[in-house]
Amino acid sequence: MSTSANISATASADNLNAQQKIALFIGFSGLFILVLAVFKIVVVNQLVALLSSLIFISIGIIWYAKSTYKGQSPGVKNNFIYVSNLTNRGFWAYLLGLSLTGFYIILYFYPEILGLVKNGQNTRLIALFDPLSRVLSGNPASQWFVYGTLYTIAILTFGIKALLKYRHNSYQKVRTLSVIFFQLSFAFIIPELMARLNTNNFSLPYYDLKNIWPLNYYNFEQYRVDQFINAGSIGLALLIFGIISIFIITPILTFKYGKRWYCSWVCGCGGLAETAGDSFRHLSNKSINAWRFERWLIHLVTVFITLATIAVVYSYLGDDSSKYWLTRSTFLIAVMSILSLVFALIMIFKRNALQKDAIYAAIAFFIIIGSLISMHFIDGYQQQLFLFEAETLRSSYGFLIGSIFSGVIGTGFYPIFGNRVWCRFGCPMAAILGLQQRLFSKFRITTNGGQCISCGNCSTYCEMGIDVRAYAQKGENIVRSSCVGCGICANVCPRGVLKLENDNLDHRINSEDILLGNDVDLKDFLKKS
Amino acid sequence: MTQEHIVIIGNGIAGVTAARHIRKLSDKKVTIISSESEYFFSRTALMYVYMGHMKWQHLKPYEDHFWRKNNFNLVQDHVIDIFPEQHQIELRSKRKIHFDQLIIATGSKPNKFGWPGENANGVQGLYSKQDLELLEKNAPDNKTCRRAVIVGGGLIGVELAEMLHTRKIPVTFLVRESNFWNNVLPDEEAKMLNKHIKSHGIDLRLNTNLEKILVDENNRVYAVKVKESDEIINCDLVGLTAGVSPNIEFVKDSKIETNRGILVNRYLQTNYKHIYAIGDCAEQRENIGYRKPIEAVWYTGRMMGETVAQTICGKPMHYNPGHWFNSAKFFDIEYQTYGWVFNQPKEGHEHFFWKHPEKDICIHINYEKRSRKFIGFNTFGIRMRHVFFNQCLDASATVDDVVKHLHLANFDPELYKTYEKSIQQAFKTQQI
Repeated sequence: MSTSANISATASADNLNAQQKIALFIGFSGLFILVLAVFKIVVVNQLVALLSSLIFISIGIIWYAKSTYKGQSPGVKNNFIYVSNLTNRGFWAYLLGLSLTGFYIILYFYPEILGLVKNGQNTRLIALFDPLSRVLSGNPASQWFVYGTLYTIAILTFGIKALLKYRHNSYQKVRTLSVIFFQLSFAFIIPELMARLNTNNFSLPYYDLKNIWPLNYYNFEQYRVDQFINAGSIGLALLIFGIISIFIITPILTFKYGKRWYCSWVCGCGGLAETAGDSFRHLSNKSINAWRFERWLIHLVTVFITLATIAVVYSYLGDDSSKYWLTRSTFLIAVMSILSLVFALIMIFKRNALQKDAIYAAIAFFIIIGSLISMHFIDGYQQQLFLFEAETLRSSYGFLIGSIFSGVIGTGFYPIFGNRVWCRFGCPMAAILGLQQRLFSKFRITTNGGQCISCGNCSTYCEMGIDVRAYAQKGENIVRSSCVGCGICANVCPRGVLKLENDNLDHRINSEDILLGNDVDLKDFLKKS
Repeated sequence: MTQEHIVIIGNGIAGVTAARHIRKLSDKKVTIISSESEYFFSRTALMYVYMGHMKWQHLKPYEDHFWRKNNFNLVQDHVIDIFPEQHQIELRSKRKIHFDQLIIATGSKPNKFGWPGENANGVQGLYSKQDLELLEKNAPDNKTCRRAVIVGGGLIGVELAEMLHTRKIPVTFLVRESNFWNNVLPDEEAKMLNKHIKSHGIDLRLNTNLEKILVDENNRVYAVKVKESDEIINCDLVGLTAGVSPNIEFVKDSKIETNRGILVNRYLQTNYKHIYAIGDCAEQRENIGYRKPIEAVWYTGRMMGETVAQTICGKPMHYNPGHWFNSAKFFDIEYQTYGWVFNQPKEGHEHFFWKHPEKDICIHINYEKRSRKFIGFNTFGIRMRHVFFNQCLDASATVDDVVKHLHLANFDPELYKTYEKSIQQAFKTQQI
């Protein structure tokens, strides 16, 4: 037996240089100001404290990145990723994971610790953000504003780090600029400015336009739909935009470019993963078992949110078509028609592209959703569509998936399980886009003939845990529903084997192909045998 | 009838590919013997473990349960003798294994040219798992290893230089040729690489040969002596990377015919019908195109494995590799080659070279002067599409066609700057 199965680089990670130390000090002092505020210690004027904190944090991160990459030639430099304590699940990784997790728990469940006061003057950390919030939206800050600001700064500053790290790669540079842009404008500034339009008799719900159902699982809840409808034509336009986003815009863009147009170019979760989470991308689990788990979990979450949304909308619709054109029956018939159409299209045209267990699961899900919906049409069961109260479904989804999964686990565990845990195992939006990417899209990662040397860089640095090498070494294109098209596999490949492309639908999935390099006879031979 | 027993010596890419394809085609009993590692790993990625890009586990293309699941019998031992007539091999543990058919896929070992001191402590190659472990001992950091000298300017040499460089170990790189890898590359590319390697702080010495390795009383290297200048260079590590040769010591005593490697016919068969040799250790009796009789390349090992599996499973098949191709990476510069570009144009051949005025990006095309038939393409810093050049070579396309359709060959990531227009322009100018 081999005694050294776990040999790996033993060199201690490069010691920090002087500039990195100063940068770290500045960054942490910025953070420290925020921590002090939580404990009600604010020595200077609030605005000064806030600005200096945010500026210190930003300078710290950017300067650190600059002094890290300045001395290196442009190119792939993953040196000592698996040695460094922080990126190899060492003490600092666990400490960071715990701190982030703790932050999320406080943020979601105990915002009063951060100083949130409903119907009164905020205190502590949240009060620190009040001036900035008033400048943007005119309102005092909430815990979500604090979170949004820090989130945006993380994407911005770590985005600059990504721009430096990947300065040899235009795809990475443009993609990074894209996530910075969408976070800064769509997610942060525009919704705050939209809030400025609100008056006593006109109010729009807080709306990040790029946040599409089912990622934005609450978009069709009663209070929001009411707000949309009450806000006249602007509100109605936004509501319709929300619906066509998922039913029209998303399918078209995914057909043309794969799900990457959203997951690694636009989405905020993806934006954070690709910037602040970039240093942890290699920690994703690549085993076949993890893949199996992923496929079940993400699709169960998708079924869950579909049911919960149907139940919620159902719960506030009426039965009388003379009062409002959309009744419960029409709504359920429409939903069932869409689901049946999708189901039929897949089963008729694409069943060969699905694994057996996927077909069984799809049939089972379809029957379950179908029979739950049909309960509406049976006397006596109308009040409890889906056996549970709509409110129970909604609030358990919000708690389990919206808060715990996407926030506490999804981001808090970056340094332990990698940066895309939520996107890979939980995001229902990713599941829907992924289904389409796998079955109806022009996107694929092309393998370059016989050039693969099975080195494994691609698999190691795939944040979605795809064993890219398994395809590349067989000369197969990579057409996987989970691929977010970040392009890092192609970046780290030392032999130019992988290329993200939108191309013909023919031969997109080419599992029959034999590696290029052998003569033609052998290819024919293997195909026949 | 009892199940036929196929024994494979070596679990590298050649042996493992043969095993996998035999399993695809049959349910024969398959035993794979290796003393190097418990499971198949990717030798090409050893460097990334030292540099901390990956861990050992990432080097294994198949999960550990794969082997049992597919009913492969893995034996971790070392073969010391082969008895072809008795259908037997003997292991270091004294165990004997009977085989019906034998595949020898034992790969290479680093070349040594009889330099004084070449077996001392601190002198090593970089080929095997054990070499990597040794390097961790010899050169863990720049305090233990204050300077390294690398002897031999090939692909492994430049990889070793990059590895040591990441740990801030100063490297002196002794290269026999007048420009880096000039025995393969034309001057233009070789000179560009000289510059690039030096820009990483490597002390590259061209036209320089090793005379001897100086060893202290503990048989540990402390310096090398250079032949040309008699200069003594102090060092704690000497990396021998002057090529590799077939690892076939244990075969030499048997009646299996060998030259530098194990001699095989086009069926990859040795002088014994039931014994085959594939991968780096095989030497073709018959030349195949411009290819060398021994090719220590990843993909030829893989292809020989695929071919021999067909033969063993009852469909005798010639090893018939298609058009030559290869790739490598020199620090930050990626290199691919398709078809043949020789370091000097052969009789009747003509070269076209284009280089970006500032960046380390260039291409080199080789074609027949009279017929203008396209022969080969070197590319540095631009990724190109294998299938494009394969089609051009299959169809005996002209150089003009290749240049005209060069945009179809581009395999760089999306949104990259493209250079086809400048290349086409330069080509046009040169032709006038």
